[in-house]
Amino acid sequence: MIPQHRGEEQAVSLSLDHYLVVAALLFTIGSIGVFLNRRNLIVILMSIELMLLAININFVAFSQYLGDLVGQVFALFVLTVAAAESAIGLAILVVYFRNRGDIDVDDISVMRG
Amino acid sequence: MTTTTLIFYILSGVLLSSAVMVVTTKNTVYGVLFLILAFFNAAGLFILAHAEFLAMILIVVYVGAVAVLFLFVVMMVNMETKKSQRMDRRYLLMGIFVGGVLVLELVVVFMSWNTSPEAFELIFAPQDGLSNTHALGALLYTHYALIFQAAGLILLIAMIGAIILTLRQRENVLKQKIGDQLARQAKDSVQMVDISPTSSFRNLESLDDSATPRGRTSRVS
Repeated sequence: MIPQHRGEEQAVSLSLDHYLVVAALLFTIGSIGVFLNRRNLIVILMSIELMLLAININFVAFSQYLGDLVGQVFALFVLTVAAAESAIGLAILVVYFRNRGDIDVDDISVMRG
Repeated sequence: MTTTTLIFYILSGVLLSSAVMVVTTKNTVYGVLFLILAFFNAAGLFILAHAEFLAMILIVVYVGAVAVLFLFVVMMVNMETKKSQRMDRRYLLMGIFVGGVLVLELVVVFMSWNTSPEAFELIFAPQDGLSNTHALGALLYTHYALIFQAAGLILLIAMIGAIILTLRQRENVLKQKIGDQLARQAKDSVQMVDISPTSSFRNLESLDDSATPRGRTSRVS
């Protein structure tokens, strides 16, 4: 293992691989959730949030591994964009619900109303 | 196994199982609550990775804003679905297939990657001696100031977009228009009519349609 850069105060038995495995599993759970959930849109939005969280975990893990703070800066921007995305997504969902009265995912492909 | 590793396993175990619960639970309110639990555990993972500022931001932004927004929308939107389990099985197979492919790819990548030795010489912003928040701020407000502004602009656009999308003008709602009320002049609404004592009352009826600028006209004699 390549030595940690600021690992002197850290009792290192946590390698980068731990974080990578957790992030990969989380990303997979999120992507399965997008496919699995045909009931409502909100769960799909939450699955996307989970996937973005997995990306952030990867960024932070690599940032700590390389000892470079730019990864955390980028994770901050990912967080910003994710917040904006969920706000817009929920707004669209509310408008859709107002127009149709339900939020079945199967019917969303109908481009009218 | 040190304490840090033990904490890591606990946090990631709770994170992954709550993520599974988010995806699979029937009740969406519980799903949102499990999402909040997942965010808390991810914040714990960030703290273990010495990214304290991001952990706090994760709690403030996600749990404080995004998850609450989700909860509001869940409670606002009627969740009952008529055809819930109709095609669940097909989608389950599809999801498992896609997830399996994704896991396979990730395993392949995970087995075969390594860090190039040059990567450690390309470190742009080492965190030397400063606290995490201090170092992040020193980086964010100097070298990434423009991108920081752009992130703020993205948030502004998202806010405007969400407001415009959800704003609607209701019809059939009586509203008080204060501007109209204040702009109302006496000559618009009051009409002076001379009535001779001998004339009949019927002459006034013709005035009704002629000079009525808005609505009901008061007649003062």
